Amino acid sequence: MTDVLGIVLKRLGLGVLTLLVISILIFFAVELLPGDIAQAVLGQGATEENLKAMREQLGLNEPAVWRYLQWLAGAIQGDFGSSLISQKPVTETIAPRFANTLFLASYAAVIAVPVAIILGVIVALLRESIFDRVANVTTLTSISSPEFFLGYILILYLAVKNPWFPAIASLSDDMTFLELLNRTFLPALTMVLVVVAHMMRMTRASIINLLASPYIEMARLKGTPAWKVIVKHALPNAWAPIINVVALNLAYLITGVVLVEVVFVYPGIGQLLVDSVTKRDFPVVQACCLIFAATFILLNLAADVGAILTNPRLRHPK
Amino acid sequence: MAAKEKDVLLKIRDLRIEGYSDEKWLEIVHGVDLTLHRGEVMGLIGESGAGKSTIGLAAMGFARDGCRISAGSIEFDGMELTTTSEADRRALRGSRIAYVAQSAAASFNPAHKIIDQHTEAPIHYRIRKRLEAQEDAMELYERLRLPNPQDIGFRYPHQVSGGQLQRAMTAMAMACRPDLIIFDEPTTALDVTTQIEVLAAIRDIVEQFNTAAIYITHDLAVVAQMADTIKVLLKGNEVEEADTETMLSNPKEDYTKSLWAVRSFKRAQKPRPGGDATPVVSVQNVSASYGDTPVLHDVSFDIYAGMTVAVVGESGSGKSTTARCITGLLPPTSGKIVMNGVEMPPSYKSRTKEQLRQAQMIYQMADTALNPKVRICDIIGRPAEFYMGLKGGKLKSRVDELLDLIELEPSKYYSRYPPELSGGQKQRIGIARALAAEPNFIICDEVTSALDQLVAEGILKLLDRLQKELNLAYMFITHDLATVRSIADEVLVMKQGEVVEQGAKEEMFTPPHHPYTDLLLSSVPEMDPNWLTTVLEERGVDNIGEAAAT
Repeated sequence: MTDVLGIVLKRLGLGVLTLLVISILIFFAVELLPGDIAQAVLGQGATEENLKAMREQLGLNEPAVWRYLQWLAGAIQGDFGSSLISQKPVTETIAPRFANTLFLASYAAVIAVPVAIILGVIVALLRESIFDRVANVTTLTSISSPEFFLGYILILYLAVKNPWFPAIASLSDDMTFLELLNRTFLPALTMVLVVVAHMMRMTRASIINLLASPYIEMARLKGTPAWKVIVKHALPNAWAPIINVVALNLAYLITGVVLVEVVFVYPGIGQLLVDSVTKRDFPVVQACCLIFAATFILLNLAADVGAILTNPRLRHPK
Repeated sequence: MAAKEKDVLLKIRDLRIEGYSDEKWLEIVHGVDLTLHRGEVMGLIGESGAGKSTIGLAAMGFARDGCRISAGSIEFDGMELTTTSEADRRALRGSRIAYVAQSAAASFNPAHKIIDQHTEAPIHYRIRKRLEAQEDAMELYERLRLPNPQDIGFRYPHQVSGGQLQRAMTAMAMACRPDLIIFDEPTTALDVTTQIEVLAAIRDIVEQFNTAAIYITHDLAVVAQMADTIKVLLKGNEVEEADTETMLSNPKEDYTKSLWAVRSFKRAQKPRPGGDATPVVSVQNVSASYGDTPVLHDVSFDIYAGMTVAVVGESGSGKSTTARCITGLLPPTSGKIVMNGVEMPPSYKSRTKEQLRQAQMIYQMADTALNPKVRICDIIGRPAEFYMGLKGGKLKSRVDELLDLIELEPSKYYSRYPPELSGGQKQRIGIARALAAEPNFIICDEVTSALDQLVAEGILKLLDRLQKELNLAYMFITHDLATVRSIADEVLVMKQGEVVEQGAKEEMFTPPHHPYTDLLLSSVPEMDPNWLTTVLEERGVDNIGEAAAT
């Protein structure tokens, strides 16, 4: 187990380095955007003096490298600066939005992961059957359609033609939890449809991959029923690749939601990121991107640790 | 015989099995008959592709994916398996007919404890409750002389040695006290010293419970110890069947006789060149380790031109590691490798092309050692081009010459791909590839152990001829003492990374031996059906195999 701890620490260290590189890339990418922040904040009617004062106030006259280093010094101490537009601290701007995104991602994940794995086991059991093909075609169709298109289809059928769920997922503070689930059902369902196929197909493939193993043949020759062969003998050895794909999709649920949030007008971090990029609000963009990057790094690390923990050879050393 | 008729347990008539390949069904078993009585052990022998395993599995009403039973009848204890429902067939498996696979290490599920896999069938068939089944398992472990029978079942398969796993699998087959067990090459993957233990355990338990068995193997000496009757198969046809004594002493068919005669190839031992001849390879006080684990301790030996040094020992004894040190794949931690009087840099990375050229390797699995997507001419041509700088017409004529040398017709094999060749032909290509570099030293790493006996003999003869013609030095890694007897000049016995004994072949095969050499030699099965009994009596019940080795 000390090995696992070593791996975790090493990967966390590399993760911090990755975040540093990403922050540099984002900073200079935002620098390259055309236009002027002062102009964006004050609008077209601003006079030259106002703009000058604004630039002075935002520190835009300093060299880019200096501004980056200043930001970095703050970030290391946990201060990600203030929004250039609203002047509020970045953490204060992002926190509620990120919480919303996390909620939506968890909502989708709680449905998608079990559904995908159970479906994957069933199609592996009934491989080459009609059910297998239908499940494959359906999930492939849903993964191949763009999210916004899926979203609008769901709105059309589940909100407009049959008014079962609200089409707009705006939130208010006085909602009960059930209301919240109802309000955010359509965006969550859209995301479920997008991620289920990938996880289901990986579950199916990694189980079928094992079916030629001698120990699976042995299980069959012991008279074990087919479903038990799959669930008890194949699945426990198939976790590593499945966990990897689940982690990738969970990361996608958090970072890939921009379009879904726009379609359903959901106040998540994706929308905030889009708004901030158009306004060149560098501190917010930087913080959002770092959150996305950290999500990927942590989930991939979790997947690797999960793969180690499900391997009996590593779990029970000689 | 009339009285025995009632005791017929398994009756197979005109069994035909087809396999699916190249988009069509091809018959691979062509009408085999088999009759087995209660408590009888039948040996099925033949080369790979003879259909032994396929017939064994068919006796359970089972066909592997891509195979199907196309005609004939399989009657088990009055039940016709070819027409009954899959559910009924499945209900027989594990309860009345059990299976013991070739590689226990691969056939135990790595994710579950051994005892949980053992108790799966009895619990499923409601023969025993979990605790009863566990107690029964421990009792069987004890009967099979597994160490710590109370605890060993609660380990995971990878925590237990190969020989112990094979016995645990035999115990698992016994869990429901079946009427019939199919043993599919249960000792092929084991070392001789471990094999003898497993053989003894299997024979005892089959006798104790009066279980009938089909014992599948390609090793005649093994089947002679285990079986009451022997059936010889060739390419899905029966060659002949007789009781063991008759079969061994008086085989009728030519094919059977040729199988019996395989172990006869033997060439005379050559003496070391005298005087001040420089050895082609000299390993001097080499020690090596994998990470922090030491694996080789102070190994020294010389190989002279035209001579073969056989390195024998069980798996894990350091044979292949020694080869890796010589080729520089694993730089030694101390000691040195000297070739033709020149000390080699420890790592292959710092050796010159000319130094690398001198030592070539031939591998155990020709299947995986040849790239299946590359033509034969390119496989052989590559080292000829790389080391010898041959190009164009010269390269082509060199490849032709090499193909001639390994007795494969150049015009026929020049532009074919490895998957189109048989196992023996692939191994010949491996030899040609090593020769293309014009080395003076070749390491042969278990080159015949994946091959059938007749084919293996052909390869040994070829290697012998090439050695005479090209004055090559061989280092021959093997665990098969019969091979050593036939091809070696000098022998090196290794155990746990140390050289236990070394010397000329004739000396090694005449007593007195080092105790470990003695154990190795006496563990090699002989064709005498009473061999196992005699050896066990000599050693005493508690002193066989692994126990004796420590």
